[in-house]
Amino acid sequence: MSIQMWTWVLVGVTFSLYIGIAIWSRAGSTKEFYVAGGGVSPLANGLATAADWMSAASFISMAGIISFEGYDGSVYLMGWTGGYVLLALLLAPYLRKFGKFTVPDFIGDRYYSNMARSVAVFCALLVSFTYVAGQMQGVGIVFSRFLEVDITTGVIIGMVIVLFYAVLGGMKGITYTQVAQYCVLIFAFMVPAIFISIQMTGHFIPQLGFGSTDGNGIYLLDKLDGLHKDLGFSSYTTGSKSKLDVFCITAALMVGTAGLPHVIVRFFTVKKVADARKSAGWALLFIAILYTTAPAISVFSRTNLIETVSDKKYADMPKWFKKWETTGLITFIDKNQDQVIQYVANKELNELEVNRDIMVLANPEIASLPNWVVALVAAGGLAAALSTAAGLLLVISSSVAHDLIKRMVNPRISEKGELIAARAAAVVAVCVAGYFGINPPGFVAAVVALAFGLAASSFFPAIVLGVFYNKMNKQGAISGMIIGILLMLFYMTKFKFGWWFGGSKEDWWFGISPEGFGSIAMMANFIVSIIVSKFTPDPPKEVQEIVENIRIPSGAGAAHNH
Amino acid sequence: MQAYWKQNLKYLTILLIVWFTVSFGAGILFVNQLNLIKIGGFKLGFWFAQQGAIYTFVILILVYIRLMNKLDKKYGFQEENNL
Repeated sequence: MSIQMWTWVLVGVTFSLYIGIAIWSRAGSTKEFYVAGGGVSPLANGLATAADWMSAASFISMAGIISFEGYDGSVYLMGWTGGYVLLALLLAPYLRKFGKFTVPDFIGDRYYSNMARSVAVFCALLVSFTYVAGQMQGVGIVFSRFLEVDITTGVIIGMVIVLFYAVLGGMKGITYTQVAQYCVLIFAFMVPAIFISIQMTGHFIPQLGFGSTDGNGIYLLDKLDGLHKDLGFSSYTTGSKSKLDVFCITAALMVGTAGLPHVIVRFFTVKKVADARKSAGWALLFIAILYTTAPAISVFSRTNLIETVSDKKYADMPKWFKKWETTGLITFIDKNQDQVIQYVANKELNELEVNRDIMVLANPEIASLPNWVVALVAAGGLAAALSTAAGLLLVISSSVAHDLIKRMVNPRISEKGELIAARAAAVVAVCVAGYFGINPPGFVAAVVALAFGLAASSFFPAIVLGVFYNKMNKQGAISGMIIGILLMLFYMTKFKFGWWFGGSKEDWWFGISPEGFGSIAMMANFIVSIIVSKFTPDPPKEVQEIVENIRIPSGAGAAHNH
Repeated sequence: MQAYWKQNLKYLTILLIVWFTVSFGAGILFVNQLNLIKIGGFKLGFWFAQQGAIYTFVILILVYIRLMNKLDKKYGFQEENNL
């Protein structure tokens, strides 16, 4: 069968599976819609969290980024996994004990203020919308590359599927489809990695493979460093970013991960506090499988790519080269008219541009693996994008229906009314996300990475202080969140969009990139919160008692509706 | 209650020190020094940044789960599965 046939078959089978699960697990109450009834097992929740977390960016782009950045790409590997340690140790058990539906719920109740709640809703919506647009774009890309439909059709198919199971199933539907999606995506990621590892090094574990030798007894990493040196690129295993910037980016990604509302809410769905801890452990284990394989894929595909194209005749290029050329992801301009591909670091002489997404998408073809493996990657990419999109849509819909309508605008809304509002909000959110997926504004790619900075600078300090510092009051938390997120927005718009007189790399404060600035904004949030709280009255006694109470794991009960 | 919380904070401090050491320490701050050591094809600092830190994170959470379950039991905070 051809690649395209295989892709249609695999995508069709997996999509029907998701729809089947959605019909089986429809949500009947707001509790089922927001937190899946609170009865999800830690293992299932761990799987769902892993799928929720690993987005199109993790699946399609990350290995490619590392491939081009080498050591510098480690920020994503450490940042996006290390956050789970913070989440498991500092947030998940306490938020589960607190036992509400959403993150703004916690902020609003802990800081006894609707003002705090509104700030949290605003932050949650801002973070989730920027993130979800990127996912829909990912869906469109996979569809257009593999099935040769145009991006618009691809995004619409994706929208309909997500709409169907997110709106129908709520958190319950999403949770069980995410379990299935994790299985699809990890299988799709591992199969090509294992094949290629065996091909290149004889090891069937890619994590070991990329540290061992090729057929000629040369260590793969040494060989790659050598190739990089010959072509003028910076060394693969040492990188070129400043240490301070690497430090700050890693910190921002870690803290941002722990502060992302769609990840946090997953811990409201389990039965008890011990289960919340346990599911954080499962989640990180499942994520680590992909995250430790990704750098191996980066090395394999980078080596493969350089050996295939560098100083080779253009006419001799394999079929995949031509195929990806037509999509514009590979471009070759024969500057010196010698019919040979010069792929070098020097921009004047370099004749080849390779889009980083290819490193995963075309990897099986580059290694000439069977057609079904190539098709599998498409199904995996879609699973990754859809599962994350669904989780984000749920945050958006519950923020609107629960935090905004139920808790602030119309507290007397009936359960049925709230459920309708939640579903309507999900529909609107899908349409907005779809629109941005089809007409991606230039800022999406930039902003997705910065969503972490926004989450780090707003939620993380407010939640951690809320649990670990019982004297933290509303004045402190609100001013901290506002200062944190404004500072982050300012830095991001200044250096990414050129507002406020813009600025270039030389103008970065202390040489810290906008991606890493989240950690500075987070520190500002912490400092402002603590100083302001010292000069304002302590929180009321009841609130301090709530804090004492969430520190004890027993008696959590199910997440409840006030 | 106070004793439980104190013990919890002690565990957190120790685990977070390890968390910081393997990632920000071995993977970033001291990466150049560690890169002088090679294990198989891996420079050690590079290995920590792209592999070792992640494995340690998983182990840290597993250790945390065990410690806290024990602590819960000691103070009678553990819960049965059938709530």
